Amino acid sequence: MTALPPKSDVKLGLVIDLDTCVGCHACVISCKGWNTENYGAPLSDQDAYGENPSGTFLNRVHSYEVQPEQGAAQTIHFPKSCLHCEDAPCVTVCPTGASYKRAEDGIVLVNEDACIGCGLCAWACPYGARELDQAAGVMKKCTLCVDRIYNENLPEEDREPACVRTCPSGARHFGDLGDADSAVSKLVEERGGMDLMPELGTKPVNKYLPPRPKDQGNEIDILAPLLAPIATETSGFLGWLDRNLEKI
Amino acid sequence: MHPAPSVILFSVLSGLGFGMLAWLGIGKPPMTGFSAFIFFFVAYALSVGGLLSATFHLGNPKNSLKAFSQWRTSWLSREGCCAVAALTVMGVYAIGAIFFETHWMFVGVIGAMLSVVTVFTTSMIYAQLKTVPRWNHWSTPVLFVSLSIFGGALMTGQVTVAMYGFVAVGLIQIFAWFISDSSFSKSGTTIETATGLGNIGKVRMFEPPHTGTNYLLKEMVYVIGRKHAAKLRLIAIILMIVIPILMIGMGAQHGIKAIIAVLSHVVGVFASRWLFFAQAEHVVGLYYGKRG
Repeated sequence: MTALPPKSDVKLGLVIDLDTCVGCHACVISCKGWNTENYGAPLSDQDAYGENPSGTFLNRVHSYEVQPEQGAAQTIHFPKSCLHCEDAPCVTVCPTGASYKRAEDGIVLVNEDACIGCGLCAWACPYGARELDQAAGVMKKCTLCVDRIYNENLPEEDREPACVRTCPSGARHFGDLGDADSAVSKLVEERGGMDLMPELGTKPVNKYLPPRPKDQGNEIDILAPLLAPIATETSGFLGWLDRNLEKI
Repeated sequence: MHPAPSVILFSVLSGLGFGMLAWLGIGKPPMTGFSAFIFFFVAYALSVGGLLSATFHLGNPKNSLKAFSQWRTSWLSREGCCAVAALTVMGVYAIGAIFFETHWMFVGVIGAMLSVVTVFTTSMIYAQLKTVPRWNHWSTPVLFVSLSIFGGALMTGQVTVAMYGFVAVGLIQIFAWFISDSSFSKSGTTIETATGLGNIGKVRMFEPPHTGTNYLLKEMVYVIGRKHAAKLRLIAIILMIVIPILMIGMGAQHGIKAIIAVLSHVVGVFASRWLFFAQAEHVVGLYYGKRG
């Protein structure tokens, strides 16, 4: 049913730290790796080794340059995947009921057996989180690794989304954003986690932590005087060497 | 947005077909027998042909029947349900007109209303999308429905109604273009709100996530054809509105003038609908630094 479920208390999602993301794209690769072998149709590539390769990905890393009014510009790496919105416009537009939001944990999923590949959900999503697989003809999107997080066949430390598990800089966090005491909720609270395109009213579950303020270039460290060169006149062995080299 | 030929073909042809059915349903023209058959044949060919062409747009059409299930929330599903209902009810009415020389008025009026509602549901598929500010406006359904009604009037020979109607449609079209040109910037969605980085400063795309293209760029960040948009708009309004009005003014009830009026109108609607898609900007383009 493509009506949104009643508001659930559990809101599983990701918290992405734009301060620590180094833009390595490891999450992109681990996501493609896990999701092409598991839930639903594989994530196909077209012309993978040819002139114009393209393919389906559920997670992509953009990079932006931000220029403050004063001071140096900053580069910010920006991973983007489904935000599992509370008011998900992609769900209600679906004509077949293939697109749905789970009542129990808020994950937005596609039932590929009911998808007609009309692409309307991808049009309704502001974030570009859905891609129509060109080989299977069905809509693909982040599943929050629903086949990992509850999977008791995996060691406990692997029961989190592949992108979170693989991130080498700890920039991705997974948890219940509906629980105010969860580690992710506290992180959002501490760091001022934000929504993307809040004006569109989608109420994303995933939050982004803004980059921490940068040091100002004109601040001089109190240890700086100690770092200044202290020997202006050379003496001893180096002095002797210096003088003799001059003579040659 | 990518102006997919199947979707343009669908929305133009089925719009005209359902517009014709709406007039036929209220007994205009009051035909029976073989001449009624001709009118119904054309109306069904357009509306059903349009619906079939829309299925070519689907990636996985084998599940199409499921698309009738979600009418409570989905405009696309509502469109499917209304289209089938309109075609069924009008089919009953057509049988009466063709084989029994009678017009079952009650059936016809219901069928006519369903036909107009079908076109309205089509327009709402686009108008509902907040992600495409150019479409997300009441002028979208007004334009689609009025084009269908008065295009249908032309096709069913209601030339006087069509002539006055086209004046209105032309004004609505120009108004819609005028409004929609600033709708993206007025929507308040920018690369700063998209990334949430506006507090720090001015945001610029530094490096895209992929060097090649992808589904998102092909489908929603379509940029070809904007260069000639102003010329195409002029061509669209001349073909869709001005020439048909002139032809009707010169007495296009039958014959070559009527054919010119119809062909010109249809080609003009195609041009207008192509622009409707090609000019529409999806907010996801902001993430790729392609807007504003």
